[in-house]
Amino acid sequence: MTLRTPLLRVRDLTVEFRLESGPPARALESVSFDVYPGETLGLVGESGCGKSTTLMALMRLLPVSGRIATGQAWFEGETGLHDLFALNDAQMRRVRWREIAIAFQSAMNALNPVETVGDQIREAIQLHEAVDRATADKRVAALFDLVGIARNRINDYPHQFSGGMRQRAMIAMALACKPKVLFADEPTTALDVMVQAQVLDLLKRIQRELGLGVVLVTHDLGVVAETCDRVIVLYGGRIAEAGTTDSVFNRANHPYTQRLLEAFPDVALSSERLVSIPGAPPRLNALTPGCRFAPRCHKAFEPCRSEVPAFWSVPGSDPEHVAACHLLDPRWEGR
Amino acid sequence: MRQLGTFWRAFRRNGTGMFGLFLLVVSVVLAVGAPWLSPHGPTDTMRDPVTNRVLLFAPPTEHGPLGTDDAGRDIWTLLTYGARISLSIGFLAGVLSIAVGSSVGILAGYFGGWVDSALMRVTDVLLVIPDIPLILILIAAFRQLDLGVSPLVLLVMVIGLLYWSSTARLIRSQVLSLKERQFVQRARAVGAGHWHIIRRHILPQVMPLIVANTVLVMSTAILVESGLSFLGLGDTTQPSWGTMINFAFSRNAVSNGAWWYYLPPGLAIVWVTLGCTLVGNVLEEMLNPRLTRHHLEGEAALPRQAGQGATPTELFTTLTGRARSDRTDDGNQEHGR
Repeated sequence: MTLRTPLLRVRDLTVEFRLESGPPARALESVSFDVYPGETLGLVGESGCGKSTTLMALMRLLPVSGRIATGQAWFEGETGLHDLFALNDAQMRRVRWREIAIAFQSAMNALNPVETVGDQIREAIQLHEAVDRATADKRVAALFDLVGIARNRINDYPHQFSGGMRQRAMIAMALACKPKVLFADEPTTALDVMVQAQVLDLLKRIQRELGLGVVLVTHDLGVVAETCDRVIVLYGGRIAEAGTTDSVFNRANHPYTQRLLEAFPDVALSSERLVSIPGAPPRLNALTPGCRFAPRCHKAFEPCRSEVPAFWSVPGSDPEHVAACHLLDPRWEGR
Repeated sequence: MRQLGTFWRAFRRNGTGMFGLFLLVVSVVLAVGAPWLSPHGPTDTMRDPVTNRVLLFAPPTEHGPLGTDDAGRDIWTLLTYGARISLSIGFLAGVLSIAVGSSVGILAGYFGGWVDSALMRVTDVLLVIPDIPLILILIAAFRQLDLGVSPLVLLVMVIGLLYWSSTARLIRSQVLSLKERQFVQRARAVGAGHWHIIRRHILPQVMPLIVANTVLVMSTAILVESGLSFLGLGDTTQPSWGTMINFAFSRNAVSNGAWWYYLPPGLAIVWVTLGCTLVGNVLEEMLNPRLTRHHLEGEAALPRQAGQGATPTELFTTLTGRARSDRTDDGNQEHGR
């Protein structure tokens, strides 16, 4: 593997939400990862495990009750290396969309219902670049071509688009200012399988053409297997397992990842019964010491309830593949 | 423009709204056409063509369409010229109060936090203080200061700057829900600043509400102007409807039985405020997202609504085993609403 410089280096990101009463809810804890150019990183996990919170924290768009408690996000921008969390608001506004853009989960809600789609994409361009209307219009048309929507739909309103078209328009908007990193927050969740495949193909194609670094948030393991180069499994705000998609899917070592994979239907082995994981994700404002997954883990033993597991590289796979599980700790060897 | 046309077609179907609009148009025509609608000036004294005697408290049977006042002036002329003052004060004060109210509402709702707390406390204070005594004190104080401001401008300022609290609350609540919508967050993610988001994404969505509310606030402004002029705080040199009633009252029109002096301005006030209220309510009904059905239901919802009237009757029949009595029709109308 060649030596690559990551576009975005996230280190030790912890996010807390202030609650009406009691201690804050810790939505993310010590999350670190890198995003490389031309590569798709998948963030997977159950609802509430911190996938979208990660993206929103990096865009600095957390709701007012949310706070980035610790962490850095080093970004290699046009003006050098910056920590996103240390920028002031005006600097951050320039980073948004020019450097990092986001395609939201439900395109219907993310588009203003009373403005035409073309106008909204032009808005993004004109917010960041001093171009006249005609130039901006030309760029909008080119973006429509890129995502495969007919140009004569530029002046349509969002409700006149189909679900897939809205998602394509959302991607077109995300690409409007030629960002280096694209966050895709469950881009295919509300779409049917055929349209889902089209949108994913589109994302892949655009990524190859533009050399984007993509962070894809999803709970659909099939989407991850198809599109992601590397994957991070989040549980209760912590990284449970991370590595190349191939390695994580084939040699899952964290009991949560194993269960998650068992819970996903496999077309080839249709006779197999689907397994669900008993229990519910942890309450983030009443966290127990030790491993987050311990209360639901079928392999949990003594240290899991008292000690936070460290990251151990998984034997027999590439060094990037790590899992946070006491079962890999040499101290407890022989269990 | 296309939307405006669609809107007008929908509005035209609404009988109540059209009636209100008719009332308003008539009063505006009265105000604009005052010099052409009456042959006299507002300060002219009417004289008997034969005896050349000044016509004091002449009833409508003796002079003109509406008789004369205690100084022999033509009531119809005063009424038309009074419409100019009443309507323009109502309009200007209404617009001013809406401008203040919407700005306060949008700022409080959008920024939240201490901005919201501060602005809403001011709003609460204004809502709680009884308006008329406050206005009396303010106007008296400003007159004492003798700033050289005309009494009419003073009225506009005072009404406009005190009657914005309910508008502010209404707009604020709408903005509170709007700013949580995902497209606003998307706009922030795109890198839009606060002003851009307010101008481009918040304002267009609360605009319908602002328009509907403007008409309602205007009627309040006209009523307050009349009340204040009646209390003698208006411009006594220029006739407004309130001033007319004030004069009628102080010149003993009531004890002289000169109903033609105080009734026309009173009815004119009712006429205009009724028009404003009807138009305002219909506009609000059509434009307020919380009061309208989803656009897809549109026409389809109408027959169902009419059909609903049958349900209580059916229920009644099944429960008692007999047809409903003569009250059926009333019941239907009530439940059909």
